Amino acid sequence: MTIKVRARQVNRAFQVKNDLGKKEILTVLNHFDLDIQEGEFLSILGPSGCGKSTFLNILAGLDDYDQGDIRVDQEVLQKRSFDRGMVFQSYALLPWRTVLENLEIGLEIRRVRKKERREIARRYLGLVGLSSFANQYPHQLSGGMRQRVAIARVLAYQPNLLLMDEPFAALDAQTRETMQIELLRIWEADKKTILFVTHSIDEAILLSDRVAIMTARTGQVKEIIDIDLPRPRTEEIRSSVEFTRIRQNVWGLLKDEVLKAQNYARDCAEL
Amino acid sequence: MFLKKAIARINDIFFRSVGLLLFFLLWEAAPRLDWVRPTYMSPPSAVFRAIYLLALRGELSKHFFISLQRVLLGLLVSVVVGISFGLFIGYFKSIERYLDLLFQAFRQMSAFALFPVFILLFGLSELSKTIIIFWASLWPVLLNTSTGVKHVDKVLIQSAKSMGASRSFIFRKIILPAAAPEIFTGIRLGGSYCVMAVVAAEMIGATAGLGYLVMYSQETFNIPEMYAGIVSLAALGLGLNYALHSVEKFFTSWKQAIGAGE
Ligand SMILES: Nc1ncnc2c1ncn2[C@@H]1O[C@H](COP(=O)(O)OP(=O)(O)OP(=O)(O)O)[C@@H](O)[C@H]1O
Ligand SMILES: [Mg+2]
Repeated sequence: MTIKVRARQVNRAFQVKNDLGKKEILTVLNHFDLDIQEGEFLSILGPSGCGKSTFLNILAGLDDYDQGDIRVDQEVLQKRSFDRGMVFQSYALLPWRTVLENLEIGLEIRRVRKKERREIARRYLGLVGLSSFANQYPHQLSGGMRQRVAIARVLAYQPNLLLMDEPFAALDAQTRETMQIELLRIWEADKKTILFVTHSIDEAILLSDRVAIMTARTGQVKEIIDIDLPRPRTEEIRSSVEFTRIRQNVWGLLKDEVLKAQNYARDCAEL
Repeated sequence: MFLKKAIARINDIFFRSVGLLLFFLLWEAAPRLDWVRPTYMSPPSAVFRAIYLLALRGELSKHFFISLQRVLLGLLVSVVVGISFGLFIGYFKSIERYLDLLFQAFRQMSAFALFPVFILLFGLSELSKTIIIFWASLWPVLLNTSTGVKHVDKVLIQSAKSMGASRSFIFRKIILPAAAPEIFTGIRLGGSYCVMAVVAAEMIGATAGLGYLVMYSQETFNIPEMYAGIVSLAALGLGLNYALHSVEKFFTSWKQAIGAGE
C-alpha cells in the first residue's frame, strides 16, 4: 500500500495575546506524526482546539508549519497544488454564481475549457442528485443541498486528496445521516484519499477505514484505530455489535483528552 | 394577467407619488394664498411654465447637459481612482493602518471648503470644477471599496486557495465580485455627492450649467427660472441615481434572484 501523505515531527505554534494582553506562544501541533494511505478514508477525532483544523489547513496550503517534514506522494508539500481540495463546515459557495457555475470554479482554476467544464460540472451535479437545481443560486437551497453542492464542487475538480473539516456539523441530524451514506456511496465509486475531521464518533466509525484520535494539548496523534467493518456500509451497521464495541473503545480513548481539554480551559479561566 | 399587472403598476406609482403630489399642492397654495411672498416663491405652475420656456429656447438642455457632463466626468475619475486605491488598500490590510486616519480626515473635509483652494491652485477653470466634483465623490467610492474587499468572507478565499488558485484568480473571481455590491453602494453615494458638488462648482465663475442658471436667475430676479433650475437639478440627481441603480442591478442580479425562479 502506498502512502499518500506522510507528516513527521510537525510543529506549529501561534503567537497569541493572553487575557492580560501579553504576547504568548501557543503551541498547537507538537511533534505531530501521521501517515495517510493512498485511497483510504481517515478520520481525525479530538477535543476542540487540539489542532485538527490547523493540520488540515497546512495540508491545504492555507497555513504554514514551523518545523517538520510533510510529504505528499513522496514530494515535499507544496503550498499551491491542483491535487487537493477542501470542504468547509460553512459550505463556502460563491453567492453570485449559480449552482452549476459554483461547480465549475475548481475547473476554471485548472484552466479546463468552458465546454468541458460544463460537462464535468453537470456530471457531478447529477452524482449528488441536484441536476434540477443547476441554475439556482446557493441562497435558494437548504443547508444539506448546499453542502452537497460544495462536495460536488470539490469532486468535480477531481483532486486526489480530499480534506473535509467538519463538513456535516451545521446540518440537522436526519440530513446529516443521509449525507454520510451519500458520501460513502460517492467515495466507494472511486476511492480518493479522504482526510475527514469530525466531532462525531459515530460518523467517524461509520465512514472511515481508520480513525486517528488526537491528544488535547499539545496536539499529537494518540492512537489510530482500524475500523474493520465490512464495506459497502449501510445505515444498519450502526446497530451492530461490532460497531458498538468500536464506539466504546474510541470513546474510552477520547474521553480523557476531552476532560483534559476542559480542565485546561478551566485553568485558563481561573488564572 | 397583463391588465392586472398594469393596474398594479399604476397603483404603485400613484402611492409612491402621494407625498410628492401633496408637496406640489402645498407649494402651489402657499404663494397663491399669500402665505409667502409670491415674488420669492413662484408656484409650481409658474415654475413648469419657466421650464417649458427654457426648454423651448434650448437653454435648459444646454445647462442640463453641461452639468451632466461635469458630473459624469468627475464621477468617472473618482470611480477609476477610488476603486483602484480602494482595492489596493482593502487587499493589503497592513497599509490601511497608516492611511486610515488620513482618509477619515479627508472624507470629513468638505469639498465646498476646499473649493477656494482648488481655485487658487487651478484658477476658475474647468479643471477646478472637475476636481471639486471628483473630491466629493472620491471618498465614498474609495472607502466603500476597501471595506467591501476587507469584508469578503475568508472561507471563500480559502476554498479557492485549497484548489490551487493563483493570487490574480482569487482577486478577479472571488474578491472583486464579492466586493461588488459594496462598491456599487459607494458609487451611488458618490453620484449624489457629485450632483451636490456641481452646484457649488457652477455658482462660482461659471458661464453655464444648472448651478449657474440658479445663481444667475436669482441675481437677475427671474425667480421662476431660479426654481426651474432647482427642479432640474433634482431631476438630474434622480436620473443619475436611477441610472446607477440600473447598472448596479445588472451586475448584482444574483442578489435579486430570490423568488425569480419559475
Ligand atoms: N491563526 C491563528 N492565530 C492564533 N491562534 C490560532 C490560529 N489558528 C488556530 N489557533 C489556535 O490554535 C488552536 C487549535 O485550533 P484548531 O482550529 O486547529 O482547533 P480544532 O482542533 O480544529 O478545534 P475545533 O474542534 O474546535 O474546530 C486553538 O487554540 C486556536 O485558538
Ligand atoms: Mg476545527
